[in-house]
Amino acid sequence: MIEIIDPERCTACNICVTACPTNVFDKTEGLPVIARQADCQTCFLCELYCPEDALFVSPFAEQPQGIDVVAARQSGLLGSYRRAVGWTEETEHLREADRSFRLFGQ
Amino acid sequence: MVAIRPRAERRNDSNGGVAFEADVLVLGGGPAGTWAAISAAERGARVVLADKGFCGTSGATAPSGTGVWYVDPAPAQREAAMASREAAGGYLQSRHWMARVLDETYAQSNRLAEWGYPYPAGDDGQPRRNSLQGPEYMRLMRKRTKSAGVTILDHSPALELLVDDSGAVAGASGVRRQHEDSWTVRAGAVVVATGGCAFLSKTLGSNGLTGDGYLMAAEAGAEFSGMEFSNAYAISAAFGSVTKTLFFGWATFTYEDGSVVPGAASKGGRKAIARALSQGPVYAQLDKADEQVRATMRASQPNFFLPYDRTGIDPFTERFPITLRLEGTIRGTGGLRITDDSCATTVPGLFAAGDAATRELICGGFTGGGSHNAAWAISSGSFAGRGAADYALQTKRAPDTSVRRAGTAGLQAAPQRALDPAQLARAVQDEAYPYEINYFRNADRLTASLGRLDQLWRDVTDADAAAWPDLIRTREGAAMLATARWMYRSALARTESRGMHWREDHPQPDARQRHYVTSGGLDEVWTAARPHDEGALVEAAE
Repeated sequence: MIEIIDPERCTACNICVTACPTNVFDKTEGLPVIARQADCQTCFLCELYCPEDALFVSPFAEQPQGIDVVAARQSGLLGSYRRAVGWTEETEHLREADRSFRLFGQ
Repeated sequence: MVAIRPRAERRNDSNGGVAFEADVLVLGGGPAGTWAAISAAERGARVVLADKGFCGTSGATAPSGTGVWYVDPAPAQREAAMASREAAGGYLQSRHWMARVLDETYAQSNRLAEWGYPYPAGDDGQPRRNSLQGPEYMRLMRKRTKSAGVTILDHSPALELLVDDSGAVAGASGVRRQHEDSWTVRAGAVVVATGGCAFLSKTLGSNGLTGDGYLMAAEAGAEFSGMEFSNAYAISAAFGSVTKTLFFGWATFTYEDGSVVPGAASKGGRKAIARALSQGPVYAQLDKADEQVRATMRASQPNFFLPYDRTGIDPFTERFPITLRLEGTIRGTGGLRITDDSCATTVPGLFAAGDAATRELICGGFTGGGSHNAAWAISSGSFAGRGAADYALQTKRAPDTSVRRAGTAGLQAAPQRALDPAQLARAVQDEAYPYEINYFRNADRLTASLGRLDQLWRDVTDADAAAWPDLIRTREGAAMLATARWMYRSALARTESRGMHWREDHPQPDARQRHYVTSGGLDEVWTAARPHDEGALVEAAE
């Protein structure tokens, strides 16, 4: 589930508040907050929609892990999913990388 | 050229929320809902789409990758495609429906290419259109929905339908959860595209999919078909949410001690996994994938690898604990009963599309991966959108027609204290999750479970209306509860094994039961048998 909004990267554009399908975030006067962590469905879509790579979703769907923001930054995982699906400028070619047709019927 | 389309009109709402006057209201903004909204707008209808979450990320498709039943129109290929799954589905499909779904899916997928969907090309340079990446697909569908002139209400769960004096559906109302106020849309027709029900099992992208549309439709008098086909379970890492049936086809499944679970397989061996999980932990390792398959998997489905990459597991060389997550009617095939080619339900003015509608017409009682489900969402969405638009533009109800709110459970004042929605959800999950009730079915356990579920329904109807912020959760719990009761009554009525429905006490198919099980009702749940195909075609022609 969602663990981190990196305060150093977040610009309070609040796209995550809008894009989260289960309404996990709340807008505030400052940066958005993770207001309902237990409602997170671990779909990772907020990471894709965050233009600043400020969010980190842990793959643990049932329990919060309490991941440290510094550790997340150092892991290189912030933004890794967005890069992998081709939703960054440098990786745009990956939008056409789907080769599922090679796996069907194998 | 940009066509100017009529838009839904915003009206003042005396209750302080927002109100719209439209021809078609679509509930749900996943694939089926967006195709319905676009198709209705293309017919000249004024359309509002209300999504519980965010149209573009909501639903089971957005976070996933999905195959699409996209088949070349050459007659031999079409024939092979239709014939390939008839046995698995228990021969409940309709050739008429399979053919028109293949036609529609082919045409609409080609439009996706025109709209800019980045389909890959094969080694021959030809495009491959039998797979869609969820985030990319649904981002594009949101854009096309907007450019079609549809008014999108995000974070706006519907709570109940509006019904006129004749019993026809005339709109819906709900709440805007980020504004803590209400919305009301008066419409000539409503399309229910709210998805299936997975009982909050955390299977990928499903936590908004709690059967809300089933409940609302049933409150207006709609019927269901095939609700016994509702016991699909998907494999995921024990700790994670990402399911991908296709990839686990390359897995070996083992017990704690490392020995292989006999008969365990992603396809055709999931019951063996369920049995093993009842005894203790089960592990998987995708060791049957060679280097080339591994690379293809990585490129094709980045989301599949998130749980492993982020925990330092190499799923090809290391084993990891797995679980089965209930997918209910998302990968099950039951849903609202459809009565004609326009995806009309049994209630005038109410149409159904996607997982909210029965998929028996193309899948029978079984669906494997997303392929048929994705095709059904595209095509039934398009059929329902056009059908709803034509119906609304022909009937033209006067805007001042009196309507009543059809909602029941959780919405009406009653003597008992309002229920705790979390407790309600857990009580339903306790009946819907267990393999020994839902997967390995028998009359005794289904009957006992129904006794508890029926009592729970009485508790819900005796309880006072829920207040903000429990209102949405209470309606979700009531919808899951109602869904479980249609599922298990239907499962009890089908005294045989067919499709995914498996009865321990009737393990063989019974040729006399090659029929549909219809169900409905809230306080009293009923079931009835309806003949397959021949009968259905006569009915459609009437």
